[in-house]
Amino acid sequence: MPYRHVLLWTDALVWLLVTCAMVFAWYVAQHEHLRAPWRKVTESRYGMSALVILAVFVAIGLLDSIHYRERLDTRQASGAANYAVEVLSLFDALAGRLRNKPERTYSAPLAAYAYAKENVTRPDGTLAREFPRLLHGGAHLDDPAAQLWSDVLRKTLAGAGLAVALWIALTMLLAAWLAGRREQAFGDTLTEIIRGRAALPWRPMLLSAGLVLLVACPLAVLSGYYHVLGTDKVGQDVLYQTLKSIRTGLVIGTLTTLVMLPFALLFGLMAGYFRGWIDDIIQYVYTTLNSIPGVLLIAAGVLASQVVMDRHADYFETVTERADVRLLFLCLILGITSWTGLCRLLRGEALKLRELDYVQAARAFGVPDWRIISRHLLPNVMHIVLIATVMDFSGLVLAEAVLSYVGVGVDPSMISFGTMINNARLELAREPMVWWSLASAFVFMFVLVLSANLFSDAVRDAFDPRIRAGWSLFLPFRSRPALVVAPRS
Amino acid sequence: MFAYVVRRVLYAVPILIGVNLITFALFFFVNSPDDIARMQLGQKRVTAEAIQKWKAERGYDRPMLFNGQAAGVEKLTETIFFRKSVSLFWFDFGHAEDGRDIGHEIRTRMWPSLAIAIPSLLVGLSCYITVALLLAFFRATYVDFVGVVLCVAAMSISGLFYIIGGQYLVSKLWNLVPISGYGQGIDTWRFVILPAAIGVVGGIGASARLYRTIFLEEIHRDYVRTARAKGLTEGRVLFGHVLRNGLLPILTGVVVAIPALFIGSLVLESFFGIPGLGSYTLDAINAQDFSVVRAMVFLGAVLYIVGLILTDISYTIADPRIRLR
Repeated sequence: MPYRHVLLWTDALVWLLVTCAMVFAWYVAQHEHLRAPWRKVTESRYGMSALVILAVFVAIGLLDSIHYRERLDTRQASGAANYAVEVLSLFDALAGRLRNKPERTYSAPLAAYAYAKENVTRPDGTLAREFPRLLHGGAHLDDPAAQLWSDVLRKTLAGAGLAVALWIALTMLLAAWLAGRREQAFGDTLTEIIRGRAALPWRPMLLSAGLVLLVACPLAVLSGYYHVLGTDKVGQDVLYQTLKSIRTGLVIGTLTTLVMLPFALLFGLMAGYFRGWIDDIIQYVYTTLNSIPGVLLIAAGVLASQVVMDRHADYFETVTERADVRLLFLCLILGITSWTGLCRLLRGEALKLRELDYVQAARAFGVPDWRIISRHLLPNVMHIVLIATVMDFSGLVLAEAVLSYVGVGVDPSMISFGTMINNARLELAREPMVWWSLASAFVFMFVLVLSANLFSDAVRDAFDPRIRAGWSLFLPFRSRPALVVAPRS
Repeated sequence: MFAYVVRRVLYAVPILIGVNLITFALFFFVNSPDDIARMQLGQKRVTAEAIQKWKAERGYDRPMLFNGQAAGVEKLTETIFFRKSVSLFWFDFGHAEDGRDIGHEIRTRMWPSLAIAIPSLLVGLSCYITVALLLAFFRATYVDFVGVVLCVAAMSISGLFYIIGGQYLVSKLWNLVPISGYGQGIDTWRFVILPAAIGVVGGIGASARLYRTIFLEEIHRDYVRTARAKGLTEGRVLFGHVLRNGLLPILTGVVVAIPALFIGSLVLESFFGIPGLGSYTLDAINAQDFSVVRAMVFLGAVLYIVGLILTDISYTIADPRIRLR
């Protein structure tokens, strides 16, 4: 085997989450009463358009979650193979064109010449101070000054053409699939979709898929020849960095909730069901945790974990593994600071549920407590868990950027929106200004968070419109929204 | 009500003890004083004597919880736990790792923080309520729709973008106010206005949207229908009835934060170079100055609990139906 698979901690958890989601989806599909609210979600136009975009992000993130190390040509004395220190992912392999063409330093988006003047020896032997050509960006052009824009335009149009072709193919496939399923004429199905008369909002979904294609295809075509979003200080392609950041954002947004979920569920339900001294203790614990300013608790936790990791530096074979463990720590700590809101909601719901007739009846029949909790309470609070998961997501992605700025975010060697912004914010002072890293990080983060927000709104409206994120801006140390139940429903 | 407040204050004591224990565990058991010393002195090539000296200078050379060598009460008081953690209860914050008095720093640095936090709270609150009322007035029209879309878009933008963009636009391009720093006396406003404005703009999406839903909930109630039925204008209905009743849930979110105002905002203050408590904390985190972080954690917890009590009291003032017992 020319490579060795590397299973990072976050990879394992991400794939576990994917498996859980698939099992959950299968389970829901089997039960009519669980399907009903989901059907409402699928009917929401904005929610489903946002889901299409989210799916693209998730696909990139998942590709980026399969890691391996390449085998080197050299061998150890014992004959065992040596493996490269660099941990690559499937995404890196696919985006090889982006990764393997570094420049020397900054370069503007779609530039063919370097960012700063350098001493160059002309072919006739004289020394001149001019903008040298880039190593890779626009290297196929003979005279960039004259050809650059027409070449870019041609390639963009080619990309757009490809996008349109793909989009038409996608629409046809969809119509063919639907027609086959409904045993309907192909033409009728197509008209239904285009006129927006189908039960599901296929038209908006196709529109957003078209938009994604229109952006992605020209980017893909151009990125073979240029650095479409420029390069950063060490000459790394910004588009590549931005795409790599997606995985970090997704991991923080999902794993944090996953990590805190067991605690929140267990404690919340126990407090609400048993009441009495158990309730007192659990309430005490979460009030205490809640009263510590969030950012400071995170900072304290991250600093503490840093010391532990420094002490055991030999545990980690590669920089990536180390950064990955730190990311996991960050998720854990963020989870600890954020489970209180969900826990309180669940406690309230459990208090309400335990008085209902069917729970009283179960108690009267002598059903053991843990069974009542798992059979009667748990299924009835799952919608709250679901809403909390999707609503927390966007706040966590945004929080990551702030935490990286504060210096308690992900490892500096790990590419994320936060580290990109943090590294790039001082570059605005340069002359000419280096704006592209910052701009692309903000734009991609905006698209990700906006689609997550739209989707979570759709989920919330379908399951329980009373729950909402009360973002209290005025709490200076609370960087993320806390879930609250709408006052006085 | 007095009895209620007293009871709440007494409830706060175990919570603060919990906070204290958590921070103590985080800072002294996960990281031993030796680790802290090594980190402060630089990771590599630190001699054992240097660590001992560093610990002795700062009083970290005492035993953790119990001092067997001391006499009487000092068995308990001559320990790190008592000196560094319990002393926070009487707001004796001790000294930072660089030797400065934390209590003094807090007293001087709270004013710049307040100078930013109070204007942005007041202006922000009135802005958000105005926008939310407008959207509620134009409910189910295109104005409302566009407004909500803008709100969702605004809350999807990273707060850092507002800061960096605002700084670039207002300070660098238009040269209206200084990029960062802090002034003396009347000149202060030039340094305060931009961070305060950004604080307001940064929260407009989420808050205006939340307040709009609160107002819309009120608008569909019976008393509003009665008010309309007796011929009140829509403006009177909105301001006299909906606003008044909608303010109650809004208060919950705001009053709890008021005591915490003088801690300021970490990110905003450090971007604008304001010598407030927020940037103080951030510097402490970056310098890994645990005594400052510890003090701020405790202070933050105290202020949060005060905020909760104030919220309960403000309820009785805003809504006479609520009685605290």
